[in-house]
Parts: sequence; structure tokens; C-alpha cells
Amino acid sequence: MDFKSSDSLSPGTAGPGTVAMGGPATRTVVGPRTEDALPASATAAVKIVIVGGFGVGKTTLVGSVSEIRPLTTEETMTQAGVGVDDVVGVERKTSTTVAMDFGRISINDELVLYLFGTPGQQRFWFLWNGLFQGALGAVVLVDTRRLEVSFDVIGRLEERGVPFVVAINSFMGAPDYPTEELRTALDLPDYVPIVACDARKRSSSRDVLLSLMRYLHSLAVTPEPS
Amino acid sequence: MSGSDKVWDDADPERLYVITGGRSGDSQGGSIGLVTLIVSQSVPTAGMQPEHATIVRMCQAPLSVAEISAYLHLPVSVVTVLVTDLLAESRVEARALVARAQLPEPSLIEAVMHGLQKL
Repeated sequence: MDFKSSDSLSPGTAGPGTVAMGGPATRTVVGPRTEDALPASATAAVKIVIVGGFGVGKTTLVGSVSEIRPLTTEETMTQAGVGVDDVVGVERKTSTTVAMDFGRISINDELVLYLFGTPGQQRFWFLWNGLFQGALGAVVLVDTRRLEVSFDVIGRLEERGVPFVVAINSFMGAPDYPTEELRTALDLPDYVPIVACDARKRSSSRDVLLSLMRYLHSLAVTPEPS
Repeated sequence: MSGSDKVWDDADPERLYVITGGRSGDSQGGSIGLVTLIVSQSVPTAGMQPEHATIVRMCQAPLSVAEISAYLHLPVSVVTVLVTDLLAESRVEARALVARAQLPEPSLIEAVMHGLQKL
């Protein structure tokens, strides 16, 4: 068993954002680059969750609006075989880690917005407790070729009472459905916004976030639709 | 470098168990969340557990728990345990998430909209 708990801090395995300082007596510096540091005046943070299936463009969207290069955090799945087909090796490895990419936007001197991308498949829903706690809302990023993932996600968000907008990422070769056809296919109420976007473009991704904020604003100033 | 995935794969359970002394983070919430901002109130001192010292050093400027997790290559649940230790010793301060009761305040939403429009 390996008790050297700082192994991953050694320069050999250092990840993004890690700067190794030379010399055996010098400690490895771990942390954000100087230009990525938040001002000391930052006092509060809010978050928005981007949900969608694999390859739908969550990390692309986060990366296009983030002021830092997207970072990866992880959570550990300890429940045995939750929706996982392959149980070979379970007796050896009792936990599975799931990575979440996230980015950051400084809103002003005090307020910071974090964007978390999370996979929409049911087997990752165990991540959602901590993720959605205190979240302003969510963006459901949809690939029109795989609507069934979005269908489950939307149902789950509605159950949890998380306000969300639906964003259709424009893919090469993805069918271009009229918005109302998608609304019917996803069984979405009239008041939930559906927007098209190109997640690679900063302005387009920003507009998706703005449409979520406008929707949240309308919910905050008017009674929730019944 | 083949991304951070490799590093995550190496974070074996035994190592995490040693770092936290077998304690587990409260993944259901509690006072520390993914975007709780942590700010150091002190500098690292001799004899501190390496992970504690790294967090104190890293958080001279405010940093979210998620960012600490990413830079340390440790799960959020483990970072939560470590940060809770440091809070108990007043070595760091936690700046709480803006609470969302039912729906966020219109003024908070307006602030976020203004910030986004500047992008």
C-alpha cells in the first residue's frame, strides 16, 4: 500500500495549472496561475449547471465563455454498480470516479459565476445532490440525434424543481427540427425557453446563459406558472 | 500530457483514506459546497499535513472548493473534509454561496445578466 499521500503533487504527474519549481529543496507550487486568481474582494459565488449527454458540447460551451481554461473536478461513486453494466473488477476497486468540467466568469468585483458541465445519463444522477444545491438554474444541452437522454434529464429537473432552458447545439448533420416540433417531442411546457446555439462561439454560449437568466428573472418577478 | 484523466485514475481509495484519516465528506451538502469560496487567514506552518498546507498556500486569493479539488486532483468530498479541518482551526475563511431560498433575488439575476452582457 502506498502511504505517500502527496504522490500526485510531484512534478511528474502534475496536471494543468501546476507549476513545478526547480531544485530539490523547493516545493511544487500547486494552484491557479497568477492571472487566474480571483480578486480579494470576491465574496460570493453562484453556479449554473450544463446538463447533456456525452459529446453534446458541454465542455465546449463552458470553455467558450469561461475566463479560465476549464478545470476538472470529480466525485466518487461508492454505491455498488449503479446502472453500470460491467461489474468485472468491482471486488478490487470499490469506488468509481466521475469527472466534471467547469469554468468561471467573474461577474463583478464581488460576484463569481461558475459553470459546471455534468453528464445527463441516469447513472450519473448521484452527482446531482451537491451539484444542484444552490444552483441558479440549468441549461439542458440537446443533441437532436439523441433526444432520449434529454427527455430523462428534463423529467428529473422538473422533479427537483430546478428551472432550466433548453439549448440546441448546432451539429454538423444533426436534424434541424422546428422549435415547436422539439417542444412537442420533449414534452416541454410553453414557458420553458428553447434556444439554438453554437457552443464553440463565445457570444452564442453567452446568449444561452442570458436566456436562462432572463427566464429566471421572469420567474422571480412573476408567480410561477402552474 | 494526456490530460488530467490519468491523474484521477491514480487517486486510489487507499490514498484518499489516508489523507482524510478515514473520514468522509458530507456529499449531501452541509455548509461547504462546490462554489464556496475559501480564503486563507494564515500561512502554512511547519508540521501541517501537506494537503492542508497546500490549500492554505493556494487560497491566499479566494478559490472555490471545486477549483481546489481540480488543482489538488482530489475528490470534492475529500477537499471538503480538509477544508473543514482548516475552518475549525481558523486557518481559512469560507465565503458562503448566495443562498437560493426558492428562487434567486431579481437583483442577483440582474447582476449576473450585466456581467454576462460585458463578455
